[in-house]
Amino acid sequence: MSLRLFEYTAHRIKAKILSKEILVTDLIKYFLERIKSVEPYIQAYITINEEDALKKAKEIDEKIENAAKVGLLAGIPVAVKDNICTKGLSTTCASKILKNFIPPYDAFVVKRLKEEDAIIIGKTNLDEFAMGSSTENSSYKITRNPWNPEYVPGGSSGGSAAAVAADLSAMALGSDTGGSVRQPAALCGITGVKPTYGRVSRYGLVAFGSSLDQIGTLTKDVKDAAVLLQVIAGYDLRDSTSMQVSVPDYLNGIDSGVNDLRIGIPKEYFAAGLNADVHKALRDALKMYERLGAKIIDISLPHTEYAVAVYYIVANAEASSNLARYDGVRYGYRASRSNGIIDMYCRTRSEGFGNEVKRRIMLGNYALSAGYYDAYYLKASKVRNLIKNDFDIAFQQVDCIICPTSPVPGFKIGERAKNPLEMYLSDIYTIPANLAGIPGISVPCGFSKEGLPIGMQILARHFEEKKLLQIAYAFERETDFHLKKPVLKISSEQR
Amino acid sequence: MEYEVVVGLETHAELATVTKLFCGCSTKFGVEPNTQVCPVCLGMPGVLPVMNKKAFEYALKAAIALNCKIGEFTNFDRKSYYYPDLPKNYQISQNYYNLGVDGYMDISVNGTIRRIRIHNVHLEEEAGKLIHPEEISADYSLVDFNRAGVPLLEIVSYPDMRNVDEVESYMQTLRKILLYTEISDCKMQEGSLRFEASISLRRKGSDKLGNRVEIKNLNSIKSVLKAIEYEAKRQSEVLDRGETVDRETRLWDEVSEKSARMRSKEEAQDYRYFPEPDLLPVLIDEKWLSTIKASIPELPLERKQRFMEVFKLSDYDASVITEEKVLADFFDECVKILDRPKAFCNWIINDLLREVKDRKLDINNLPIKAKQLAVLIEMIEKGTISSTIAKEVFSEMIQTGKGPQIIIEEKKLAQISDEGLIEAVLTKVISSNPDAIEDYKKGKKNALTFLVGQVMKETKGKANPKIVNEMLVKKVGI
Repeated sequence: MSLRLFEYTAHRIKAKILSKEILVTDLIKYFLERIKSVEPYIQAYITINEEDALKKAKEIDEKIENAAKVGLLAGIPVAVKDNICTKGLSTTCASKILKNFIPPYDAFVVKRLKEEDAIIIGKTNLDEFAMGSSTENSSYKITRNPWNPEYVPGGSSGGSAAAVAADLSAMALGSDTGGSVRQPAALCGITGVKPTYGRVSRYGLVAFGSSLDQIGTLTKDVKDAAVLLQVIAGYDLRDSTSMQVSVPDYLNGIDSGVNDLRIGIPKEYFAAGLNADVHKALRDALKMYERLGAKIIDISLPHTEYAVAVYYIVANAEASSNLARYDGVRYGYRASRSNGIIDMYCRTRSEGFGNEVKRRIMLGNYALSAGYYDAYYLKASKVRNLIKNDFDIAFQQVDCIICPTSPVPGFKIGERAKNPLEMYLSDIYTIPANLAGIPGISVPCGFSKEGLPIGMQILARHFEEKKLLQIAYAFERETDFHLKKPVLKISSEQR
Repeated sequence: MEYEVVVGLETHAELATVTKLFCGCSTKFGVEPNTQVCPVCLGMPGVLPVMNKKAFEYALKAAIALNCKIGEFTNFDRKSYYYPDLPKNYQISQNYYNLGVDGYMDISVNGTIRRIRIHNVHLEEEAGKLIHPEEISADYSLVDFNRAGVPLLEIVSYPDMRNVDEVESYMQTLRKILLYTEISDCKMQEGSLRFEASISLRRKGSDKLGNRVEIKNLNSIKSVLKAIEYEAKRQSEVLDRGETVDRETRLWDEVSEKSARMRSKEEAQDYRYFPEPDLLPVLIDEKWLSTIKASIPELPLERKQRFMEVFKLSDYDASVITEEKVLADFFDECVKILDRPKAFCNWIINDLLREVKDRKLDINNLPIKAKQLAVLIEMIEKGTISSTIAKEVFSEMIQTGKGPQIIIEEKKLAQISDEGLIEAVLTKVISSNPDAIEDYKKGKKNALTFLVGQVMKETKGKANPKIVNEMLVKKVGI
């Protein structure tokens, strides 16, 4: 196939499928071949769902052949982060402790994908239990940034981001607890959306920080993000924190433009530590928005400096409790030899979890311990409210906030692995949105001197994903950053 | 040295909902292990709890019945500890915002009313059950998760009890309240009602509390009382030796009737409570609260007082009748039909309860209707049957569920008051018992009783004894 269909956005692929220019079966075979040749250099996937994907492709071809009604994502290959449960398909969270875990249920979002006739092409790599910003904390493999294999793809949804950027899937799902969708989207030069907390059901998403976790989209452009979000958004009675707020048509009016839009620029996000290339790309992007009729307004989010500290207390406290269930009793890994139940717990968890996960469990347990709870967890919860409040006040003045997604365009594999604190600072611009529960999107807005993509983050009020997509699309329409493709450092015929 | 015993109780009651607290699994007791489980109650990765509103309302009902203050806002918290029967290794419970706080329950002890304060009432999920293989050499244990996630109510009292009588009354009264409000079946043998006691001693007259010891594994009301007596004695011996009592948790052994240290205060677990992020806080508005309040029936102690005042029942009778709500309801229904409280009370206590016990009947499914018992009592009063026959009829009613008239008709048990019929039998009895007649004439009064008995025997108890007596006196007394 000389079409290079794998480079197409999902909405263009879908048009070709519906017009019967291509068969879904051929499309999926084509993607599977692409994965076979390119995956060894990228390492985006933990599991390839080959057999089932081909079976599903045939079913959809039959539907189309019989002129039966097909779903919004008919025939589109979607990669799913391996911390989202897929019935009958292994879900490891990139952890040894869930190595052989096959869920007997689908996550809400996976059920929705299936209902809309998407093809789950595989499960993608991540930092173990989504704990990390580089996908280096996986127990299985290190995923490489398609733009430069020496660089990390970001994380924790690095497998999903790299799969989309390297054209190993048309679109992907990730999860975002402190930036895990937006930051890898930025580092891989694609579009990533973290919806409002409560917009997408968390049922079947393996919990990390329950009050922060949200499933998000990784796509090649903004319109694809709108379609994928359309499919996964909505109330689910199995998630008590999902909200009964109606889901608007995200594509309808996506080209409304940004005339008279008030864009807030938080001074705290353009301070020391911001890479010069990133800063310049953002300045250029803001000039573009001004040309398009938007107004740029300086704002302040005064409690920003506490966000990372608050986040690492709240997220780790919740994680220490969420990960307590991996004990070797009912499923997953169990240490082969042990002496009594306590020893079995200790060995199983010592052998089953990686270092970063252990570090966070210990930090979280410490923050919740008798005598420390008030000073850490309770205090952090209060500061979290102040951070939320910052956004509430800002959004009285402006319609959206624009800032960098990541302070740097990227970093090399191993560069930050030895220094957890430096790694934690990778999420400095993305964490506040999780603490406040507001939606955010990252779109490509330029390249660094080294040729690495740079992401721009747009934040809006709760449940204003539609506005975010409109603002992002207005920029995308005027630029070609999203169309740039990485030149994979592999033999030319495999490109 | 003389000591005062200070006791507080923690009560766990499984709520009688059809489904579990956070998933749709059945709560049925005694089925095949691990057949009432799902990803949620097994603590699989990625699943989320959804609160059972009915269970919450049951808990609310209990909190109101125990006179607790109900906050407008209540929340669930995670209580963390590792145990193989706890699927998530944390229990969803309440700690920071309990459903009910600062309540009280009045108990009656030897005729006087004592008020025991309730510290809090909260809702949580039940754990599963470990099954240990019988062979001692076995190197494994099994877990049954059927019970995991069943709604559990915890009621924590203040240390306000001072002797075993008060403790017993507290347990009985609480049990009755839970049964009356129909929120738990309170079957101790199935573990749906459990108690844990904390006991300390202090010098008589002192108002400072001593070091407290918690006792677990108390499987019956009797065990609780025995364990308290044992512990009070053990602690007094420790104190008499001039030593101090260790703050610890002890396990009661029902067989040896002794307790042994399970863990010391130093080993006490840190449960690392924090607010459950997977559930929303529950807001309780006035409307909801008043609907629940309206659903609470008259509680046992109030009912007992009413039975004593309005129907003049004795303290003992009123206690027995109000012991089970279904019995008290039955009594109320009876007296509404026929105003004979004393008679109904006697029938219920002496006959109905004996039949229930002998025939092992389910008290919640009485085989007799109030109307039927009222008819039976009326028939005795009218002289249609004797009270002896009535007992037989009653027994038949219990066994067949038939009404008294039908039984009397079918078995021809109606009392004979016709003097002509009795006359014939009398003549026969007199002629065949000349000795007795002689005795009577000589002044032996009990000879008459013997003769009446003979007539009753001949008529299979159906002759009206009053008429027989009168006629006999008339006939032989000349």
